[in-house]
Amino acid sequence: MGLRTGTFQENYAQDMAIFRSSLHWEMLLALLILLFICPLIFSDRILTIMTMMGIVVVSVHGLNILTGYCGQISIGHAGFMAVGGYTSAILCAKLGFPFWVALPCGGLAAGIAGLIFGLPSLKIKGFYLIMATIAAQFIIMWIIIQLRSITGGTDGLSVPTPMLGSIALSSKTNYFYLVMIFACLATITAHNIVRTRAGRAFIAIRDNDLAAEVMGVSLWSYKLQAFFIGCVYAGVAGSLLVHYIRFASTDQFPFMDSVWYLGMLIVGGMGSTTGAIFGVVALKLLDELVTIVGPILAAAVAPQTAASLALMSHGLVIIIFLIFEPRGLHHRWEIIKAYFRLWPFSHEVSD
Amino acid sequence: MTFFLQLVVTGFAQGMVYALIAIGFVIILKCSDVFNIAQGHFVMIGGYLGYTFLVPLGLPIWAAFLLAIAVAIVMGLLIERLMLRPLVGQPVLAVVMMTIALATVLAGLATLLWGAEYKAYHGLLPSITAKVGSISIPSESVIGLIMSVICVVILMLFFRYTKIGLAMRATAEDLQVVQSVGIKATTVYAVSWIIACVVGIIGGILLGGVSGANMELADIGLKAFAVVLLGGLDSIGGAIVAGIILGMLENVAAGYLDPLLPGGGLAQVFPFIVMIIVLIFKPNGLFGMSRIERV
Repeated sequence: MGLRTGTFQENYAQDMAIFRSSLHWEMLLALLILLFICPLIFSDRILTIMTMMGIVVVSVHGLNILTGYCGQISIGHAGFMAVGGYTSAILCAKLGFPFWVALPCGGLAAGIAGLIFGLPSLKIKGFYLIMATIAAQFIIMWIIIQLRSITGGTDGLSVPTPMLGSIALSSKTNYFYLVMIFACLATITAHNIVRTRAGRAFIAIRDNDLAAEVMGVSLWSYKLQAFFIGCVYAGVAGSLLVHYIRFASTDQFPFMDSVWYLGMLIVGGMGSTTGAIFGVVALKLLDELVTIVGPILAAAVAPQTAASLALMSHGLVIIIFLIFEPRGLHHRWEIIKAYFRLWPFSHEVSD
Repeated sequence: MTFFLQLVVTGFAQGMVYALIAIGFVIILKCSDVFNIAQGHFVMIGGYLGYTFLVPLGLPIWAAFLLAIAVAIVMGLLIERLMLRPLVGQPVLAVVMMTIALATVLAGLATLLWGAEYKAYHGLLPSITAKVGSISIPSESVIGLIMSVICVVILMLFFRYTKIGLAMRATAEDLQVVQSVGIKATTVYAVSWIIACVVGIIGGILLGGVSGANMELADIGLKAFAVVLLGGLDSIGGAIVAGIILGMLENVAAGYLDPLLPGGGLAQVFPFIVMIIVLIFKPNGLFGMSRIERV
């Protein structure tokens, strides 16, 4: 956490600020402008990919708070996304709620589901909690299929075009802007949540829950808070996804997605907001690479190589990261930044 | 009554598959504290290997088994050395993600080598059938039962009386103490992965000989964790008892309740419901040891 030599902080507020120099602000502005002129430059296909990335970024930020900061591992995140997605889909399609009301309702419903399935976390941890969240994923999907009269069961549910006031979010460009606004909001709130009292409590629980409890951190309250916040993010992402596709089905929230969200955290770097974004972008780009390379390989080698590559690609990347860079892309990014900050000297006085 | 018995018998067969997967899982957990999500995939690979050795290569049964064991040993060594050893001392999430990644790589390999197709090789292995009243017990449950009982007896003797077996139990208990008394933890880990691979692959061949090799065995692996939790994470005998209990319960519940539910499919989700209940009320399972945690 260094700044260029000659930049001084004179009070605590300056020291704790996220953007600590004018250069930071300029870079942020440049990044936002770049992000929001994307629809003017890129084709619909690339916009679709970026929209999906934005939706997953929202979801993975939630998982990052829950798993990366609070240490409560969840392999049921897609299940919580499904709760949010189906809630807002039902509110819009069956009860005629406007989109902007249904979206937060979806988030809230997912948060409540997270509270329910977070209850076991008070008694169990580690692998037991992983199993409980896997169970949550399958039970949620089963309940959705059972409630056929409301959710449409295995047939799915059509969702009307989302409207914001009189603007129909029907084009890819419109929805891209919506998702990017949500992704930015999610990033800002996620980064700030971990700087609050609750965020510090989460980190204490992750590092040593018994010690945290002895210090007076209420495990009961903060573990459930982490589950609630993480699942609200998932719910918002789920409803964004459902309204984007304008159809809700259980196939949109497969179990393996839950696994790959965790994989994205590992590739990006656990417990880091930028890491979560890096991870999502990296694994989604890998997906695109596989869809391009797969057919070529299938034609050149054997027809089943495409399917095999699609199955293996994520697993192989995660194995490589776990062995060679367990701190993820975020750590590499810090090294690169430090290099340019320190140039032409190669060492920093350790703090 | 016949309907009930039929359900119980089918459930028994299902339970034996669970038990076979659960045993391999418990072995690795007991020795190296690693939760191996890929155990179901070992069984799947075993099924496909059995097909390759018996049908296209046309080997005699004993040679097929020997070759399969050799493959399992190499596989266990490679997995331990390349994937798990770099993770010694890493948090539980890293290890679990590694085994999930291993599972997807194995699934990808199976797709690459065997095209993810259903491969049948019925009638090549000797089939054993038994009858209870008017209901015949399917061959797979008999084979599964014999196989798992043999496994349990061998493994119990192994863990109780051999030096390496004792070393393995000690390693699970406390890695630092074990290293300070001069036991090579790396050997222990390698042996535990080899055993788990051998158990999984032999089980896979036996199951494949009855119901054919397919990718579904890997999905059953996930449900088998309910068995492990119910039986107690560190109890091999518990894995079998819980496997049978859960297999039967699942089938009986699905048989009687599915007609009442609009969507059906209770058998798919039943193990997970049991899992949540066990986790909330009895996290150590039926036969597991409870651990006291100290700071």
